[in-house]
Amino acid sequence: MATTQTMTPSMKRERRANLRRNAFYLALIVIGLVAPFVAYPVFLMKVLCFALFACAFNLLLGYAGLLSFGHAAFLATGGYVTGYLLSSYPALTPELGILSGTAAAVALGAVFGALSIRRQGIYFAMVTLALAQLMFFFYIQAPFTGGEDGLHGVPRGELFGIISLRNSLVMYYFVFAIFLFGFALIQRTVHSPFGQVLKAIRENEPRAVSLGYNVDAYKLVAFILSAGLAGLAGSTKTLVFQLASLTDAHWHMSGEVILMTLLGGVGTLFGPVVGAGLVVSLQHLLAQSPLGNWVGPILGAIFVLCVLSFRSGIVGEAIKMYRKNFK
Amino acid sequence: MTFIKKTLVSSIAIAATAAMATAAQAEISDGTVRIGYLADMSGTYRDLAGPGGLEALEMAIEDFGGSVDGAPIEVFSADDRNSADVGANTVREWIDQRDVDLVAGMVASSVTIAVTKVLEENDGFGIVSGSAASSITNEHCTPNHVHWVYDTYPLANGTARAVVEQGGDTWFMLTADYAFGHALEGDVEKVVTENGGTIVDKVRHPFPTDDFSSYILQAQGSGAKIIGLANAGSDTVNAINTASQFGVVEAGQQLAGLLVFLNDVHAMGLDTTQGLLLTTGWYWNMDDESREWAERYYERVGSMPTMVQAGIYSSTMHYLEAVQATGSDDTQTVREYMMKQPIHDFFARNGRIREDGRMVHDMYLARVKSPEDSTHEWDLYEILTTIPAEEAYRPLSESQCDLVQN
Amino acid sequence: MTMIFGVPLAVFTGQLLLGLINGAFYALLSLGLAVIFGLLKIVNFAHGAMYMLGAFATLLGMRYLGINYWAALLLAPLAVGLAGMLIERLLLRRIGHLDHLYGLLLTFGLALIFEGTLVNFFGVSGARYPTPESLAGGYQLGFMFLPKYRAWVLLAAIGVCLFTWYMIERTRLGAYLRAGTENPALMQAFGVNVPLLVTLTYGFGVALAAFAGVLAAPLYPVSPTMGSNLLIVVFAVVVIGGMGSILGAIVTGLAMGLIEGLTKVYYPEAANTVIFLVMILVLLIRPTGLFGKEA
Repeated sequence: MATTQTMTPSMKRERRANLRRNAFYLALIVIGLVAPFVAYPVFLMKVLCFALFACAFNLLLGYAGLLSFGHAAFLATGGYVTGYLLSSYPALTPELGILSGTAAAVALGAVFGALSIRRQGIYFAMVTLALAQLMFFFYIQAPFTGGEDGLHGVPRGELFGIISLRNSLVMYYFVFAIFLFGFALIQRTVHSPFGQVLKAIRENEPRAVSLGYNVDAYKLVAFILSAGLAGLAGSTKTLVFQLASLTDAHWHMSGEVILMTLLGGVGTLFGPVVGAGLVVSLQHLLAQSPLGNWVGPILGAIFVLCVLSFRSGIVGEAIKMYRKNFK
Repeated sequence: MTFIKKTLVSSIAIAATAAMATAAQAEISDGTVRIGYLADMSGTYRDLAGPGGLEALEMAIEDFGGSVDGAPIEVFSADDRNSADVGANTVREWIDQRDVDLVAGMVASSVTIAVTKVLEENDGFGIVSGSAASSITNEHCTPNHVHWVYDTYPLANGTARAVVEQGGDTWFMLTADYAFGHALEGDVEKVVTENGGTIVDKVRHPFPTDDFSSYILQAQGSGAKIIGLANAGSDTVNAINTASQFGVVEAGQQLAGLLVFLNDVHAMGLDTTQGLLLTTGWYWNMDDESREWAERYYERVGSMPTMVQAGIYSSTMHYLEAVQATGSDDTQTVREYMMKQPIHDFFARNGRIREDGRMVHDMYLARVKSPEDSTHEWDLYEILTTIPAEEAYRPLSESQCDLVQN
Repeated sequence: MTMIFGVPLAVFTGQLLLGLINGAFYALLSLGLAVIFGLLKIVNFAHGAMYMLGAFATLLGMRYLGINYWAALLLAPLAVGLAGMLIERLLLRRIGHLDHLYGLLLTFGLALIFEGTLVNFFGVSGARYPTPESLAGGYQLGFMFLPKYRAWVLLAAIGVCLFTWYMIERTRLGAYLRAGTENPALMQAFGVNVPLLVTLTYGFGVALAAFAGVLAAPLYPVSPTMGSNLLIVVFAVVVIGGMGSILGAIVTGLAMGLIEGLTKVYYPEAANTVIFLVMILVLLIRPTGLFGKEA
């Protein structure tokens, strides 16, 4: 009671905003829990994996201002390592498989990050693209990836050695939990002091340097975190579909994740989720329609439209509209 | 939404089944035969199966009458974009959400192997027409698919053997550096050495490669009589084109394309490809029956069918006949019937399906005509010999398939 | 037979020569990228598509309009260059004030549209364009057989590269261009029509790509995807050389072609990756690229 009385109006506003935010999150979680009963669980899992992938990518582009054109490498690395380990060592439980895949992506992220943050802007994009292409060729020839054939029949196994993941519904809740973990981690990071420094670097790098921040170290940590989460998405995806293939390593995949993020809204927490949902649904619908052959040009056209006149993305525009009308 | 529709449909189906009180396996599920056509519709392999294959499938259904004993036949199609995950996911969804009874088409070996795993897990059924890898009915065999048109074994067995017998006993292998190329290379090496030839040298090229000039240069340096191409699609086309630019044939070396399709030869032209030996499962102009079907196809599509497109028609017919005869679209019932029936149509001669799922039939050794001998645009091959069905494919005694008792 | 490190001399010199020819393509493409980057500050992701369009214009021009190779050598770059100017005017200009990354993304989208649309009409098998009569056959050099057409490609590509270099470094127009690169506002104040200069530059840059496409038409199958994979290699070349200098782009392109050729002799499995490995090495030793200026 005493505390309520001493609250200033601004604190009240903040508290109301927090309440609203929590209610919003809660509603989304409930939707996530109910979703598999109204839609096809495997499709939902695909959306969640790509949503996590796009969120990881957005951490780098939206909050550190670094456009990576090579995130497919991390998605693929997570997927291949998890797939290979689970196929070759049946005793390994799925959560350990996913952890290993993520760890591999983190390691690769450290190497690529150290190399690529030496360059900025457009050069950074080209360097990451070239490095990812290197990984693509490596995965074609590496014996453990199955080359062109990929890895198939990766066992889903038993979670913690107890819960069988064969059932799609059980698998869905596992994937949903992973997604929530990844999303929460990104949310915490963005709102932490570390995230504030990242944003400062994005806005004005020389100023951040002159303020005494070790800019390269911050960028590198953000890069590694982003790579690791992309790897987590790849590992999870491999478990869902029980396969890992070169598609995930191809530069088209790096382009797709950019499109998802751009369409949903760069630098917004939910934008990548919305963008991933839309792009995956679109591909899904187009693939089975007479327009099936036009997936590439249609995605390209969306790209062009987004860049020309829709740069804030869906969520970004929605936030703008909300601020204009309700504040 | 699809979920609700599906529950509704299946509950109606259950009600209908209960009302009629007939044995479940002698029923066509939901009263509809659903066929999903999965192929590369836009990529490297588009022209050898792709939209033309779908047309062939629809021709088969029309010729069959559009329904099986009153049960309508419904067709879905999807572009797998040569990606194993797109293919596997599409098929998983077809089975989960749409009760697809047969998956047809299937081209890139990587996609096919992934799809057959899904079919096995979900008790679906697939007929593979486009893929080359012989492993599909060897170490990757399942009780849920059969392999129609051809595979790497007869390719090596037909082309490589014939070439060695004609005196081409020293080989330089140019191999696509991935599983399919390695397998083909292995099969060719075996055939060549067994017939008294030698592999002088080999080089593996990245997949895919546009520029073959340096490999052709190496092949020229090797002094081998034959340059064996253990690759496919655009790689083979590029290699042959490059060889022609470097005057390989004029200098006395010969090319052996181990997997060449009609559309490849058509695209490259006879100037470049004349004299090329190749093994094929079918050729549109090989007899009246084939010609008759091919001309009907030509009128619809505007190009002559490849062996894969013809095989899609043939296999779909055989499948529908099995569904009609057994009155069921249950995978094992149909497969058993299909295995019992010999296959003899415009496409397959002396055909039968073995227990490993391999449809063995007569294969043909052909030679690409010279421009002077060719009378029109699609007059491309001359059939030299027939390789009898039982000799063409990998003998069951060498099989690693679990379905074969050795 | 003379051997060099266990490889017959014929194969060795032959590979070097072929590498040089590939390098000529890298040089032409990275040169175009560098010219565009200089003034517009964007990386033209549609460059591969423009190369592809150049080859297609050649092919379709012959098929439907009866335009022969020599005419195509002039007309195809002109047509693609005009299309490029249109793209610059209608699309790129509208995002000129934004972060240059948007230019990369926009041109990436354009590349997807061009490629995907052509795939729908022509498939990906690739069509063959005949070698022009006068360049058929080849020279027996003793250590290798050199097809005439490849010799022509090498000469033509290097010729155009040097011509471009001369134009930019030694002429008045080139001086404007260089000045525009340094300080566009000042140039505008001096009465130079900078927006027009930008349009022309973009047009010229993609025309160079289209010229490479015409040269490539008789060599490689003409297919909608012929440019996209090549472009990523060219990106690596650009990172190695740095976008700072015109001559740097040419020299790096040729050098990378040679290195790739050597790899094909000694370790063909790495032929696709060697340029990327060189890029990593350069990033470690000299992050701004071999010819790059400090940003």
